[in-house]
Amino acid sequence: MRNLTCQEIVELVTDYLEDDMADERRDLFERHLAICGACQLYLEQVRTTIELTGLLRADDVPPEVMGDLVAALRGWQH
Amino acid sequence: MSEPTTGPGSALRSPTATDAALVDALRAGSEVAFRLVVTRHHSAMVRLAETYLPSRAVAEEVAQETWLAVLEGIGRFEGRSSLKTWIFHILVNRARTRGVREHRTLPFTALPCDDTGNGVSPDRFLDDSHRWAGHWSRPPAPWTDATADSITEDETLAVVGQTVQKLPDRQRQVITLRDIEGLTSQEVCSLLELSEVNQRVLLHRARSQVRAVLEVHLGDHG
Repeated sequence: MRNLTCQEIVELVTDYLEDDMADERRDLFERHLAICGACQLYLEQVRTTIELTGLLRADDVPPEVMGDLVAALRGWQH
Repeated sequence: MSEPTTGPGSALRSPTATDAALVDALRAGSEVAFRLVVTRHHSAMVRLAETYLPSRAVAEEVAQETWLAVLEGIGRFEGRSSLKTWIFHILVNRARTRGVREHRTLPFTALPCDDTGNGVSPDRFLDDSHRWAGHWSRPPAPWTDATADSITEDETLAVVGQTVQKLPDRQRQVITLRDIEGLTSQEVCSLLELSEVNQRVLLHRARSQVRAVLEVHLGDHG
Protein backbone atom coordinates (compact mmCIF):
# COMPACT_ATOMS: atom_id res chain seq x y z
CA MET A 1 0.00 0.00 0.00
CA ARG A 2 1.22 3.50 -0.82
CA ASN A 3 1.80 6.11 1.83
CA LEU A 4 -0.98 8.46 2.90
CA THR A 5 -0.92 12.15 2.02
CA CYS A 6 -1.67 14.93 4.51
CA GLN A 7 -4.96 15.59 2.70
CA GLU A 8 -5.95 11.97 3.29
CA ILE A 9 -4.82 12.10 6.91
CA VAL A 10 -7.16 14.98 7.78
CA GLU A 11 -10.13 13.01 6.41
CA LEU A 12 -9.14 9.92 8.40
CA VAL A 13 -8.72 11.68 11.74
CA THR A 14 -12.20 10.80 12.99
CA ASP A 15 -11.89 7.14 12.00
CA TYR A 16 -8.58 7.12 13.87
CA LEU A 17 -9.97 8.74 17.00
CA GLU A 18 -13.05 6.49 16.86
CA ASP A 19 -10.68 3.54 16.69
CA ASP A 20 -12.41 2.33 13.57
CA MET A 21 -9.59 1.53 11.17
CA ALA A 22 -8.13 -1.63 9.69
CA ASP A 23 -4.73 -2.47 11.19
CA GLU A 24 -2.89 -1.86 7.94
CA ARG A 25 -4.39 1.58 7.51
CA ARG A 26 -3.76 2.49 11.13
CA ASP A 27 -0.17 1.53 10.57
CA LEU A 28 0.08 3.84 7.54
CA PHE A 29 -1.67 6.62 9.47
CA GLU A 30 0.73 6.36 12.39
CA ARG A 31 3.77 6.13 10.14
CA HIS A 32 2.72 9.37 8.44
CA LEU A 33 2.15 11.08 11.79
CA ALA A 34 5.55 10.00 13.05
CA ILE A 35 7.27 12.07 10.36
CA CYS A 36 4.76 14.91 9.77
CA GLY A 37 4.68 17.69 12.34
CA ALA A 38 1.85 19.53 10.55
CA CYS A 39 -0.44 16.50 10.73
CA GLN A 40 0.54 15.89 14.37
CA LEU A 41 -0.52 19.46 15.06
CA TYR A 42 -3.74 18.96 13.11
CA LEU A 43 -4.62 15.85 15.14
CA GLU A 44 -3.84 17.70 18.35
CA GLN A 45 -6.12 20.56 17.27
CA VAL A 46 -8.97 18.15 16.58
CA ARG A 47 -8.48 16.72 20.08
CA THR A 48 -8.54 20.26 21.50
CA THR A 49 -11.71 20.95 19.50
CA ILE A 50 -13.40 17.90 21.02
CA GLU A 51 -12.33 18.92 24.52
CA LEU A 52 -13.57 22.48 24.08
CA THR A 53 -16.90 21.29 22.68
CA GLY A 54 -17.22 19.05 25.73
CA LEU A 55 -16.80 22.11 27.96
CA LEU A 56 -19.95 23.78 26.64
CA ARG A 57 -22.11 24.19 29.68
CA ALA A 58 -25.79 23.51 29.91
CA ASP A 59 -27.82 26.71 29.99
CA ASP A 60 -29.71 27.33 33.19
CA VAL A 61 -33.28 26.16 33.08
CA PRO A 62 -35.48 29.29 33.27
CA PRO A 63 -37.12 29.40 36.74
CA GLU A 64 -40.63 29.61 35.27
CA VAL A 65 -40.00 26.44 33.25
CA MET A 66 -38.62 24.64 36.30
CA GLY A 67 -41.60 25.90 38.29
CA ASP A 68 -44.08 24.51 35.75
CA LEU A 69 -42.29 21.17 35.63
CA VAL A 70 -42.11 20.82 39.40
CA ALA A 71 -45.82 21.69 39.58
CA ALA A 72 -46.45 18.92 37.03
CA LEU A 73 -44.43 16.54 39.18
CA ARG A 74 -46.57 17.36 42.21
CA GLY A 75 -49.74 16.92 40.13
CA TRP A 76 -48.46 13.60 38.86
CA GLN A 77 -47.89 12.34 42.39
CA HIS A 78 -51.56 12.79 43.31
CA MET B 1 -35.42 26.95 45.31
CA SER B 2 -33.37 26.12 48.41
CA GLU B 3 -32.30 22.54 48.06
CA PRO B 4 -30.53 20.82 50.91
CA THR B 5 -26.80 20.40 50.47
CA THR B 6 -26.86 17.44 52.79
CA GLY B 7 -29.56 14.96 53.59
CA PRO B 8 -31.31 12.32 51.54
CA GLY B 9 -31.02 14.15 48.20
CA SER B 10 -27.36 15.07 48.34
CA ALA B 11 -25.99 11.73 47.16
CA LEU B 12 -28.10 12.08 44.02
CA ARG B 13 -26.35 15.26 43.02
CA SER B 14 -22.92 13.71 42.95
CA PRO B 15 -21.73 13.29 39.37
CA THR B 16 -21.30 9.60 40.07
CA ALA B 17 -24.90 9.10 41.21
CA THR B 18 -25.98 5.96 39.44
CA ASP B 19 -28.91 5.78 37.10
CA ALA B 20 -30.43 3.17 39.40
CA ALA B 21 -30.46 5.58 42.33
CA LEU B 22 -31.92 8.35 40.18
CA VAL B 23 -34.59 6.12 38.69
CA ASP B 24 -35.63 4.88 42.15
CA ALA B 25 -35.86 8.46 43.38
CA LEU B 26 -37.86 9.59 40.33
CA ARG B 27 -40.27 6.70 40.79
CA ALA B 28 -40.72 7.75 44.39
CA GLY B 29 -41.57 11.24 43.13
CA SER B 30 -38.42 12.91 44.53
CA GLU B 31 -38.38 16.59 43.65
CA VAL B 32 -34.62 16.75 44.22
CA ALA B 33 -34.03 13.98 41.69
CA PHE B 34 -36.43 15.54 39.21
CA ARG B 35 -34.82 18.99 39.48
CA LEU B 36 -31.44 17.34 39.04
CA VAL B 37 -32.26 15.54 35.78
CA VAL B 38 -34.10 18.56 34.40
CA THR B 39 -31.12 20.81 35.19
CA ARG B 40 -28.73 18.36 33.61
CA HIS B 41 -30.58 17.70 30.38
CA HIS B 42 -33.25 20.27 29.64
CA SER B 43 -31.18 22.79 27.66
CA ALA B 44 -29.57 20.05 25.55
CA MET B 45 -33.03 18.62 24.92
CA VAL B 46 -34.35 21.96 23.71
CA ARG B 47 -31.36 22.34 21.40
CA LEU B 48 -31.77 18.86 20.02
CA ALA B 49 -35.51 19.32 19.53
CA GLU B 50 -34.79 22.56 17.69
CA THR B 51 -33.08 20.63 14.91
CA TYR B 52 -36.43 19.03 14.08
CA LEU B 53 -38.70 21.99 14.68
CA PRO B 54 -39.45 25.43 13.27
CA SER B 55 -38.71 27.47 16.39
CA ARG B 56 -37.14 27.56 19.81
CA ALA B 57 -40.61 28.04 21.33
CA VAL B 58 -41.96 24.80 19.86
CA ALA B 59 -38.75 23.00 20.85
CA GLU B 60 -39.21 24.24 24.42
CA GLU B 61 -42.77 22.93 24.38
CA VAL B 62 -41.69 19.52 23.12
CA ALA B 63 -38.95 19.33 25.78
CA GLN B 64 -41.48 20.11 28.50
CA GLU B 65 -43.91 17.50 27.16
CA THR B 66 -41.03 15.05 27.18
CA TRP B 67 -40.56 15.56 30.93
CA LEU B 68 -44.20 14.73 31.51
CA ALA B 69 -43.75 11.59 29.40
CA VAL B 70 -40.66 10.74 31.45
CA LEU B 71 -42.68 10.97 34.67
CA GLU B 72 -45.45 8.87 33.14
CA GLY B 73 -43.03 6.29 31.78
CA ILE B 74 -40.39 6.03 34.50
CA GLY B 75 -42.19 3.05 36.05
CA ARG B 76 -41.62 1.13 32.82
CA PHE B 77 -37.93 2.12 32.41
CA GLU B 78 -36.01 -1.15 32.29
CA GLY B 79 -32.47 0.13 32.35
CA ARG B 80 -31.54 -1.39 29.01
CA SER B 81 -30.08 1.97 28.04
CA SER B 82 -28.81 4.77 30.24
CA LEU B 83 -31.47 7.04 31.72
CA LYS B 84 -30.13 9.92 29.63
CA THR B 85 -30.39 7.95 26.38
CA TRP B 86 -33.90 6.84 27.28
CA ILE B 87 -34.97 10.44 27.90
CA PHE B 88 -33.40 11.56 24.61
CA HIS B 89 -35.24 8.74 22.80
CA ILE B 90 -38.58 10.03 24.05
CA LEU B 91 -37.59 13.56 23.06
CA VAL B 92 -36.42 12.67 19.55
CA ASN B 93 -39.56 10.63 18.83
CA ARG B 94 -41.77 13.49 19.90
CA ALA B 95 -39.73 16.14 18.09
CA ARG B 96 -39.68 14.10 14.91
CA THR B 97 -43.46 13.57 14.93
CA ARG B 98 -44.10 17.21 15.70
CA GLY B 99 -41.57 18.33 13.05
CA VAL B 100 -43.35 16.37 10.34
CA ARG B 101 -46.62 17.98 11.38
CA GLU B 102 -45.11 21.47 11.33
CA HIS B 103 -43.40 21.03 7.94
CA ARG B 104 -40.13 22.35 9.19
CA THR B 105 -38.05 24.13 6.57
CA LEU B 106 -34.31 24.21 6.99
CA PRO B 107 -32.60 27.57 7.29
CA PHE B 108 -29.58 28.31 5.17
CA THR B 109 -26.39 28.54 7.15
CA ALA B 110 -22.97 29.59 5.97
CA LEU B 111 -19.69 28.52 7.54
CA PRO B 112 -16.06 29.19 6.70
CA CYS B 113 -15.43 25.52 5.98
CA ASP B 114 -17.21 24.15 2.93
CA ASP B 115 -19.71 21.38 3.43
CA THR B 116 -18.81 19.44 0.32
CA GLY B 117 -17.22 16.79 2.51
CA ASN B 118 -13.75 18.29 2.89
CA GLY B 119 -12.54 18.53 6.48
CA VAL B 120 -10.00 21.09 5.28
CA SER B 121 -10.29 23.17 2.13
CA PRO B 122 -8.42 21.54 -0.81
CA ASP B 123 -6.52 24.77 -1.48
CA ARG B 124 -4.56 24.19 1.72
CA PHE B 125 -2.79 21.28 -0.02
CA LEU B 126 -0.41 21.00 -2.99
CA ASP B 127 -2.29 20.07 -6.15
CA ASP B 128 -1.73 17.19 -8.55
CA SER B 129 0.79 19.11 -10.63
CA HIS B 130 3.17 19.04 -7.70
CA ARG B 131 5.57 16.28 -6.82
CA TRP B 132 4.26 16.35 -3.25
CA ALA B 133 0.60 16.48 -4.24
CA GLY B 134 -1.74 16.14 -1.26
CA HIS B 135 0.78 17.51 1.25
CA TRP B 136 0.13 20.74 3.12
CA SER B 137 0.82 23.95 1.22
CA ARG B 138 -0.59 26.00 4.11
CA PRO B 139 -0.16 23.82 7.19
CA PRO B 140 -1.99 24.53 10.43
CA ALA B 141 -0.28 27.00 12.78
CA PRO B 142 -0.14 26.52 16.55
CA TRP B 143 -3.07 27.96 18.50
CA THR B 144 -3.03 30.25 21.46
CA ASP B 145 -4.14 28.55 24.66
CA ALA B 146 -7.95 28.66 24.66
CA THR B 147 -8.14 28.04 28.39
CA ALA B 148 -5.32 30.43 29.41
CA ASP B 149 -7.72 32.52 31.49
CA SER B 150 -11.43 32.59 32.14
CA ILE B 151 -12.14 35.43 29.69
CA THR B 152 -10.37 33.69 26.83
CA GLU B 153 -12.10 30.44 27.74
CA ASP B 154 -15.54 32.07 27.85
CA GLU B 155 -14.94 33.75 24.48
CA THR B 156 -13.72 30.55 22.92
CA LEU B 157 -16.62 28.53 24.26
CA ALA B 158 -19.03 31.16 22.93
CA VAL B 159 -17.45 30.73 19.49
CA VAL B 160 -17.72 26.94 19.74
CA GLY B 161 -21.34 27.16 20.89
CA GLN B 162 -22.32 29.50 18.05
CA THR B 163 -20.58 27.29 15.50
CA VAL B 164 -22.36 24.17 16.71
CA GLN B 165 -25.68 26.05 16.48
CA LYS B 166 -24.95 26.95 12.85
CA LEU B 167 -24.08 23.45 11.70
CA PRO B 168 -26.50 21.61 9.41
CA ASP B 169 -29.12 19.81 11.52
CA ARG B 170 -27.81 16.27 11.21
CA GLN B 171 -24.26 17.34 12.09
CA ARG B 172 -25.55 19.41 14.97
CA GLN B 173 -27.50 16.46 16.33
CA VAL B 174 -24.50 14.15 16.17
CA ILE B 175 -21.90 16.51 17.65
CA THR B 176 -24.30 17.57 20.41
CA LEU B 177 -24.99 14.02 21.47
CA ARG B 178 -21.44 12.73 21.07
CA ASP B 179 -19.16 15.57 22.15
CA ILE B 180 -21.40 17.64 24.42
CA GLU B 181 -23.66 14.99 25.95
CA GLY B 182 -21.11 12.20 25.82
CA LEU B 183 -23.27 9.46 24.31
CA THR B 184 -21.54 6.55 22.58
CA SER B 185 -21.62 6.13 18.80
CA GLN B 186 -23.96 3.12 19.21
CA GLU B 187 -26.37 5.15 21.31
CA VAL B 188 -26.37 7.97 18.76
CA CYS B 189 -26.91 5.59 15.82
CA SER B 190 -29.90 4.07 17.54
CA LEU B 191 -31.30 7.41 18.66
CA LEU B 192 -31.00 9.16 15.30
CA GLU B 193 -31.55 6.04 13.17
CA LEU B 194 -28.18 6.39 11.48
CA SER B 195 -25.74 3.79 10.21
CA GLU B 196 -22.32 3.67 11.89
CA VAL B 197 -20.74 5.05 8.73
CA ASN B 198 -23.15 7.98 8.42
CA GLN B 199 -22.80 8.80 12.08
CA ARG B 200 -19.04 8.96 11.70
CA VAL B 201 -19.19 11.06 8.53
CA LEU B 202 -21.51 13.57 10.24
CA LEU B 203 -19.30 13.68 13.33
CA HIS B 204 -16.24 14.16 11.14
CA ARG B 205 -17.77 17.06 9.23
CA ALA B 206 -19.08 18.69 12.38
CA ARG B 207 -15.75 18.46 14.23
CA SER B 208 -13.83 19.61 11.15
CA GLN B 209 -16.00 22.70 10.87
CA VAL B 210 -15.66 23.57 14.54
CA ARG B 211 -11.89 23.12 14.21
CA ALA B 212 -11.86 25.39 11.14
CA VAL B 213 -13.63 28.14 13.07
CA LEU B 214 -11.32 27.70 16.07
CA GLU B 215 -8.36 27.95 13.71
CA VAL B 216 -9.49 31.45 12.79
CA HIS B 217 -10.28 32.33 16.42
CA LEU B 218 -7.16 30.90 18.05
CA GLY B 219 -4.73 31.22 15.16
CA ASP B 220 -1.84 33.60 15.14
CA HIS B 221 -2.95 36.61 13.14
CA GLY B 222 0.33 38.45 13.55
